[in-house]
Amino acid sequence: MIRMKSIWRVYDTGKVKVEALRNIDLFIQPNEFISIMGPSGSGKSTLMNIIGCLDVPTGGNYALEGKEVSKLHPNQLAEIRNRKMGFVFQNFNLLNYASVYENVELPLIFAGLSFRKRRKRVEEMLDRVGLVERRNHLPSELSGGEMQRIAIARALVNNPSIILADEPTGNLDSVTGKEIINIFEELWSQGNTVVMITHDPEISSRTKRIIKLKDGMIENDEKNHHNHQ
Amino acid sequence: MHLWLFLRQIFRDMRSQKLRTLLTIFGIVWGTTAVILLLAFGQGLYRSQVKAMHGLGEYIVIMWGGKTAKTFQGLPKGRRIGLREEDTELLRSQIKQIAYISPERTRWNAAVSYGKKVFVVQVVGTNPEFALLRSIVADRGGRFINHLDMENKERAIFLGNDLKEDLFGEEEAIGKIVLVDRVPFTIVGVLKEKPQDSSYSGRDENKGFIPYTTCASMYPAKYLNNMVFKAESPHLTEYVKKRVYEVLGKKYKFDPEDDEALSMWDTSEMEAFFNAFFGGFQLFLGILGALTLIVGGIGVSNIMNVVVEERTREIGIKMALGAKKRFVLLQFIFETLVITFIGGGIGFIISYGIIQVFPVFKAEEYVGTPEISVMVAVAVTCLLGLIGLFSGFFPARRAANLNPVEALRP
Ligand SMILES: Nc1ncnc2c1ncn2[C@@H]1O[C@H](COP(=O)(O)OP(=O)(O)OP(=O)(O)O)[C@@H](O)[C@H]1O
Ligand SMILES: [Mg+2]
Repeated sequence: MIRMKSIWRVYDTGKVKVEALRNIDLFIQPNEFISIMGPSGSGKSTLMNIIGCLDVPTGGNYALEGKEVSKLHPNQLAEIRNRKMGFVFQNFNLLNYASVYENVELPLIFAGLSFRKRRKRVEEMLDRVGLVERRNHLPSELSGGEMQRIAIARALVNNPSIILADEPTGNLDSVTGKEIINIFEELWSQGNTVVMITHDPEISSRTKRIIKLKDGMIENDEKNHHNHQ
Repeated sequence: MHLWLFLRQIFRDMRSQKLRTLLTIFGIVWGTTAVILLLAFGQGLYRSQVKAMHGLGEYIVIMWGGKTAKTFQGLPKGRRIGLREEDTELLRSQIKQIAYISPERTRWNAAVSYGKKVFVVQVVGTNPEFALLRSIVADRGGRFINHLDMENKERAIFLGNDLKEDLFGEEEAIGKIVLVDRVPFTIVGVLKEKPQDSSYSGRDENKGFIPYTTCASMYPAKYLNNMVFKAESPHLTEYVKKRVYEVLGKKYKFDPEDDEALSMWDTSEMEAFFNAFFGGFQLFLGILGALTLIVGGIGVSNIMNVVVEERTREIGIKMALGAKKRFVLLQFIFETLVITFIGGGIGFIISYGIIQVFPVFKAEEYVGTPEISVMVAVAVTCLLGLIGLFSGFFPARRAANLNPVEALRP
């Protein structure tokens, strides 16, 4: 589904050039459950942003579902993010003035769905994360775990090809974090593709593939055989 | 689009930044009020001046006899040309484009008396059409000289409102008898007060008007003082003037090209000058006001830049979820327009209030009644829209061009 060939991402800050990604080759099949690990500054977020079409590589080729995306117009990238990517962030990134319902609805508005279709989808998603009855609450009225569940509902609402989570448990206590990972695992078992950045070996041990980055290069990429369930 | 969410967000921002919002909106309120008031007072002044100008008449020509300046068919120059009563009918029958024409004979020092009061005023002999030419309207209960008065050489008199006031005070005048040079005349009407800022022989409010026929027998004279006429429509005035030279030139044997043989005052020339002058004046006021509004717009633009700054993260979130540049652009332009129109709306209300309260100052006589015409309202609304678009565009473009990764950085 994802095919990356010698991807480079160089930040040109004027004086120095930072090579955040160096010659990355990466293939991701449908219905994989992947964690990306590595020290701070190793390029995890940069790689995820490129996978998610939030950022474009400086060099190399990136084909998503067989289509080259590295040279697309920003509007086309926006469309891909809208339809094929579901982002979950460490700090939730919910709109604090919008209700739970409206937050989940947002990607559907950008997709141009009718009010009726939007309502149906939003309710399905809220049901899925178990927060239907909180639909009219503001994010500030929710706990961290609940906020992240709303963010997951929002990521899923447009039926994306891939769910990208950048340290989704980073701001949560370990119990709540586990609940969130449970949701990801369930999504994977239902056929979704999940890519998640984490520092926590306990969390990565539950994924099926672990990619280790170091200095912008893939240091290690292997199936996780210690998986027990 | 998600209008409701937009609006809620805008109002939430406004509430959380009360002072900032107040200052931003104030700039627009101030500018709008300035434009509207300047234009409304300009318009009011224009109206009152036009009315005063029309007190003399609308698009009329006043004509006097003159002195030839060219030789014609062996006749020398320097001959006096005098207008006679019968010329009125000659011109009327020869020139179809004349709508109204009236002879005018002025008795300069007629003694008009009622009881013990005597006033020495002008008494004008004229025909019924004079009222139509010279914007003369009879006050309630009265009338101007009519055709029967003319035919029967009635001793009927129509009084200027000031003269009536002098003679009668508050007392009813219509039907009463006044003496004009010791001859009794019945008052048939009184002039309804009118503004009049120009004249060729004094204000109508101080005169008495009697039928031309009566005047001719009371004060026999060979020549008229002048004539007043009006073409069927303003654009025919030039043609009618030319024809008058031809017709009278033929009768009195002068060169129709001899401008000085007759003397004419064409009030439409005054009208044209006046309109050009006031057009320029309005434009000047409009530009002055627009500049104030533009300054307000610059304030809004600055604030919108700050707002974009503050909402960078939100923009990043929306972009990550698939918002295109266009969406972000429209959101911020829309927000700017909302702020601009709220300010503009308040400005409209304030100006309207000021204009409503204005009569209290009793200054209409000098500056007219200010009014918000449809044109002013439309022009100001368009201007507000333009200013909103302009001041919103640059901050909005900055927002739309944000890099989503940068924008999302905590
Ligand atoms: N906009 C930028 N300009 C310059 N350098 C950048 C920029 N963004 C990232 N970098 C650099 O690129 C490298 C990779 O950054 P990245 O955010 O991908 O690291 P990370 O692995 O996600 O780290 P962390 O675990 O701390 O989130 C870092 O050295 C970082 O300083
Ligand atoms: Mg990171």
